[in-house]
Amino acid sequence: MSLLQLSASEMRDKAASGEVSPSELVEASLAAIEAHNKALGAFISVDAEGALARAKELEAAQARGKEPGPLFGVPVGLKDNLCLIHQPMTCGSRILEGYRASYTSTAVQGLLDAGAIPIGRCNMDEFAFGSSTEHSCYGPTRNPWDLERIPGGSSGGSAAAVAARMVPLSLGSDTGGSIRQPAALCGVAGLKPTYGRVSRFGLTAFGSSLDQIGPFARRARDLSLALQAMAGQAPRDATTLDAAAFPPPEPLMDLKGLKVGLPAEYLGEGVHPSIRAQIEAAQKTLAQLGADLIPIQLPHTEYAIPAYYLVATSEASSNLARFDGVRYGKRQKAGNLEDLYLETRGKGFGEEAKRRILLGVFCLSAGYIDAYYVKALKVRTLLRRDFEEAFTKVDVIIGPTTPYPPFRIGESEADPMKLYLCDLLTAPANLAGIPGLSVPCGLDEDGLPVGLQILGPALGDARILQVAEAFENATDFHKQAPREVAP
Amino acid sequence: MSTDSKNEKVRGNIEAQDQDPIAERYETVIGLEVHVQLGTRTKLFCGCENRFGAPPNTLTCPICSGHPGVLPVPNREALRLGILAALSLDCDLQEHCKFDRKHYYYPDLPKGYQISQFDLPFALNGGVRLSSGKVIGLERIHLEEDAGKNLHADGHSHVDLNRAGVPLIEIVGMPEIRSPEEAHDYLESLKRSMRYAGVSECDMEKGSLRCDANISLRQHGASEFGTKVEIKNLNSFKKVVAALQYERKRQAACLDRGEPIHQETRLFDDASQQTRVMRTKEEAMDYRFFPEPDIPPFEISTTEIEALRPLLPERHWERRARFMQEAGLGEYDSMVLTLEQETADYFEAAWKALGPSQEEAKLTANWVMTEVLRLSNEKGLPLSKLPIDPGTLASLCRLIQEGKASNQAARKVFKHMAETGDSPEKALEELGLAQISDPAELEPIVQKVIENSKKAVKDYFKGKKKALDAMKGGVMRETRGRANPGLVSEILLRLLENLREK
Repeated sequence: MSLLQLSASEMRDKAASGEVSPSELVEASLAAIEAHNKALGAFISVDAEGALARAKELEAAQARGKEPGPLFGVPVGLKDNLCLIHQPMTCGSRILEGYRASYTSTAVQGLLDAGAIPIGRCNMDEFAFGSSTEHSCYGPTRNPWDLERIPGGSSGGSAAAVAARMVPLSLGSDTGGSIRQPAALCGVAGLKPTYGRVSRFGLTAFGSSLDQIGPFARRARDLSLALQAMAGQAPRDATTLDAAAFPPPEPLMDLKGLKVGLPAEYLGEGVHPSIRAQIEAAQKTLAQLGADLIPIQLPHTEYAIPAYYLVATSEASSNLARFDGVRYGKRQKAGNLEDLYLETRGKGFGEEAKRRILLGVFCLSAGYIDAYYVKALKVRTLLRRDFEEAFTKVDVIIGPTTPYPPFRIGESEADPMKLYLCDLLTAPANLAGIPGLSVPCGLDEDGLPVGLQILGPALGDARILQVAEAFENATDFHKQAPREVAP
Repeated sequence: MSTDSKNEKVRGNIEAQDQDPIAERYETVIGLEVHVQLGTRTKLFCGCENRFGAPPNTLTCPICSGHPGVLPVPNREALRLGILAALSLDCDLQEHCKFDRKHYYYPDLPKGYQISQFDLPFALNGGVRLSSGKVIGLERIHLEEDAGKNLHADGHSHVDLNRAGVPLIEIVGMPEIRSPEEAHDYLESLKRSMRYAGVSECDMEKGSLRCDANISLRQHGASEFGTKVEIKNLNSFKKVVAALQYERKRQAACLDRGEPIHQETRLFDDASQQTRVMRTKEEAMDYRFFPEPDIPPFEISTTEIEALRPLLPERHWERRARFMQEAGLGEYDSMVLTLEQETADYFEAAWKALGPSQEEAKLTANWVMTEVLRLSNEKGLPLSKLPIDPGTLASLCRLIQEGKASNQAARKVFKHMAETGDSPEKALEELGLAQISDPAELEPIVQKVIENSKKAVKDYFKGKKKALDAMKGGVMRETRGRANPGLVSEILLRLLENLREK
């Protein structure tokens, strides 16, 4: 098991030097999945055969003298909404039962080109609708730190897989916090890049103007390596930025002169006291590293959740219109066209997906669009200006990633609003298109992990990763592991 | 239907309208929405080939078949053709544009929405010029993607997505058309503009031009429009006219009876030549338009527009007016010669090669409108691929002008050239049709005929004019019809008068 205590970059270096083989890394990963997945439900499916075959290919290429890539031999988990050719992709939904992707997403291709080895598909809330990974047709993923609790979501499978040392690296997608929030709740690092940095081509769309693909790992350095492999202006995604390419930053020795913004709104009354305590401790650590702590305001934060849910559900209702059973996916039998749609979509989508589609359709309907969707866009502009204004005064903004510790599984079922509020501190970054990450910053009074969120200005991904790495180097939180998989 | 008979038909309709009792009671108000497929190499948002007639679903990819995770990337060539189309209709190009999503469920619409333009179309205003000179204003032109096609066979429905994602422009006209016949004229003019601009074939049979019509009636002098009805499924210009004529009668009858017109969408049924209700206003769809988040808003720069403007040829109505004025051609001939840009180009090249005069223009025009267009039809070849190019036609016309070939002989020469590709002179030689216009060559022949026609000569001197024709016929027989008839008469008369004096 000790191989899996390595970070992705350590694995890569050992594989590149021949100390271990990609096959050994894959086998170790498969063994860990075998041992823990039944309890955790982190993976929906595992492609052992494909992963081992790819490991052999990499070894053969290495033997021929091919230079090992920056993720050479590293086993990775993929959230089940990312296309990898010929592989199943379900998005955690019954409606895509039996679907296999007909092409490979640009981001996954980037990892493949860097030498990574996809191991399997990670569980998620259906179509990424949720913050708990309970809304998957394959059942919930459990938090490795406490199996009775949620791992966060929607990329809960990807977060749990890294936390449980099944893989050192995984991919998720973040529309309103779906990478950062489960990273925080599972005690790992997770990055949502700047909107337009990583091509969305091949990511099943949820909220097209909000979605970004990003990595989970235990070390900030690994996040950088993964982002480097995926980032870049892409011909197949018109929303990628000219300056999307990402050279990993040099590590910083200290944070002298770094201006760190502390938004009052992010440590308000809604934040759980034990989370607040860890964040305040993290502030002290950053100050000890030389950073200047500067109180700031993001006055429109309170409107972020309604604006986010209006924009995200509107776009989602449109993006999910294609799942009609006509060309692919699970088609229900019906006597006529209308019944075909009603049956296929009625049986194919789960409760939360239906709730969001209905909400989105309503927001965009004639007579309502101005009051909801258009109004939400205006709020979005205000939120973006909040950040622009703040980043004229500070280099990064920090705060908690989540307002409260993970719920118990089933706890939020009767009250979806409770779950929606989990996105309070993460959704603003998606609405503004700015990068954000979460790194572990301690355990709460119940021994559950707490995440420190670091936000940067657009294209400031390198800066927040540098701060995260400096914080890691000054602390031991990234070494903490859930008991069952502790070294 | 040939152009000639088509125009006859329209003229007939216009005459019929003069005694039309409906026109006395009501003013007809028509606005057309025309979809034109752009002739790009690839589709609007993916790299699939844009081509008609391929086997079903062979021109598709994950993007145009709406698989999960795909994204649209706009084809700049489609926008370029769209700009050319808009310029040819004098539209105002818009600097700031964006795409929007229009939602509805249908099996031929892979994503469950069509990417179109809602509130920021790329072109506004402009107009379509009718043959009368009246200009019908345009409201807007926007760019959008085509849907696929549902095919119904052996009790099953199939979907062909070859057409899904093909670039379209929708040209929305103002309600300024006042009769079904004007609607026909509008479509002809619009089609010609699109073909001249080189943006589309506008072949209704292949679906590269499609039309929906809005029609209402009102009292003459009324300032408000009547309730309008939209008619769909109009896949030929003839059907547009027939549907509008039917609908006009139907609405007039309703109004005569004092019944209200219902705002609705109707389908034209070809078999009965009638329209029937497709959906009522209450069933109208809510398309839930919202900005396409996958495509950033885009700009059309003045530089881009000015770079494209010189690529547009002279407009068809301008050229037609010029042919009437410069070449002295009649209205009908000018219209026929400008129906297609390539016909006009062919005519003009041949005319210039022949000579500058209006007479030369008329000679050339006659040949282009008859033999040249017939040959093109027979061979199924565009004028540019015919074995007889404009320069060769001009050489043939020159032989006629110079009296070296009769009209009849020239037609035979034309056919021969079409088969062999020979020059007119060589063809004339080979066919032995060269006209003898040399007096030195003709005189001995005429002399011989006079000597052999003692009775005819006698009759001629007695004053029988017919005798002259007999001798002329003799010369023609001798020369196998190649003698220049004018010259023969001239020589014959001179020699006979010489004889009389003796």
